[in-house]
Amino acid sequence: MFELLGVSPQVLFGQLLLGLINGSFYAVLSLGLAIIFGLLNIINFAHGAQYMMGAFVAWMLLQYAGIGYWWALLIAPVLVGVTGIVIERLFLSRLQNVDHLYGLLLTFGLALIIQGVFRNQYGVSGLPYGIPPELAGGRNLGFMFLPNYRAWVVLAALVACIATWLVIERTRLGAYLRAATENAPLVGAFGINVPLLVTVTYGFGVALAAFAGVLAAPIYAVNPNMGADLIIVVFAVVVIGGMGSILGSIITGFSLGLIEGLTKVFYPEASSTVIFVIMILVLLVKPAGLFGRAA
Amino acid sequence: MPEAASRVLSQPAVAPLLSVKNLQAWYGESHVLHGINFDVAPGEVVTLLGRNGAGKTTTLRSIIGILRKRTGSISFDGKETIRLPARHIARLGIGYVPEERGIFSSLSVAENLVLPPVVKPGGMTQEQIYTLFPNIKERLSSQGTKLSGGEQQMLSIARILRTGANLLLLDEPTEGLAPVIVEQIGRTIARLKQDGFTIVLVEQNFRFAATVADRHYVVEQGRVIDMIRNDELDANIDKLHGYLGV
Repeated sequence: MFELLGVSPQVLFGQLLLGLINGSFYAVLSLGLAIIFGLLNIINFAHGAQYMMGAFVAWMLLQYAGIGYWWALLIAPVLVGVTGIVIERLFLSRLQNVDHLYGLLLTFGLALIIQGVFRNQYGVSGLPYGIPPELAGGRNLGFMFLPNYRAWVVLAALVACIATWLVIERTRLGAYLRAATENAPLVGAFGINVPLLVTVTYGFGVALAAFAGVLAAPIYAVNPNMGADLIIVVFAVVVIGGMGSILGSIITGFSLGLIEGLTKVFYPEASSTVIFVIMILVLLVKPAGLFGRAA
Repeated sequence: MPEAASRVLSQPAVAPLLSVKNLQAWYGESHVLHGINFDVAPGEVVTLLGRNGAGKTTTLRSIIGILRKRTGSISFDGKETIRLPARHIARLGIGYVPEERGIFSSLSVAENLVLPPVVKPGGMTQEQIYTLFPNIKERLSSQGTKLSGGEQQMLSIARILRTGANLLLLDEPTEGLAPVIVEQIGRTIARLKQDGFTIVLVEQNFRFAATVADRHYVVEQGRVIDMIRNDELDANIDKLHGYLGV
């Protein structure tokens, strides 16, 4: 087998796969953030907590109701999405005409409360959630071993991202959303219910976070801090892709996951900072992000 | 002024489709409309003339409900709308063409065209719209904001003709356009009037307004200060010049 700069293919492709999996979570989470920011102009700091809630709801469904992974993949995003709708109606809708900072502070506070409640109830040691039997094991590709569940995570994330992108770019609902992102008062003056659109969009963005949480549950321990650890990186991904850019979030999410994986192979010391270095460079060269449009 | 006010209230003879009474509006703490009064009869084309900052655009934004902080009375087809949000007002049958066209850059021409939902039966079909604006048909897949200024203006008007709205609020549709396009817009408005649309037109260009309107309301400092019938325009031209500072 060939070696690249002294690195065996097993190590290289193993790290690339890990990068791709991280990239899958970055993509789904940053997509939700981008949709929410695009329409609501709110930097949703509660996104990490909502991702964690998705994982916890999956765990609770199994623990208390005997409902397994596949149903959880459907039910948890809906339940967490509904909590998002309640948050939007109760709190965020009142912040429409004020500075972004208020939304950020509110969602940051909500994130702390949600994490605190789960930490108080379940501790921080993490709860196990098994891989569904259908996806147990893996296959030897010759140059690497590919666990089935990890392949499924990449596929599911890719499908979720493409489906969301298609809805936004190719449907009438998506056209309303894009138009409202540009000029919500005018869209309202055409007879379109923008407040409902905003509520549904926030709920959907939150549901996407919860979907990622369910996907993550069998890989990482279900833990109240799992979202807090990830969300800072996801914000960097959103900034690099361009705030509010849907396609930018997807492409950047997967790409940065891969870059992070490659960095782990060739310069592991920089693997936890490489995304932030890229963010600084992008902000210096193209402040609106790689796929963002300048204001 | 009292003479003007009485003429305002006495027009038109038939039941108005739109009646605006003592309309006051605010941008934040800034009081910008101080009691706008005017009526528009079904099928009429009425212009709001006035200098920059007189309150013409604000009047349209108040009627359609984009400007929420407003008091007074706005009655459309007998229904009071002053407390309604914009989306409900639009669904009564009022179409709004904003200043600077409001074409969405993230939408194609085709998407811009079908964005406003049909609110009433009787709107134009897409084929009728293409007959009226042939340029649009050729550019359907282009990005909305890649059209020329004139084409964007036509798209902006076209998209509300689909909806079935019978009152059109047009905010400076000729602003920044070449004379040949202005003529085309004028012909379009004349055609819409023929088809029975009622139009409130905000204009600074009173020469253009004179070619399409039945009556002109002069707005100054947030109030309607005079009404001039189009057939009396020549006799009142010096007065109008004075109002507009021409």
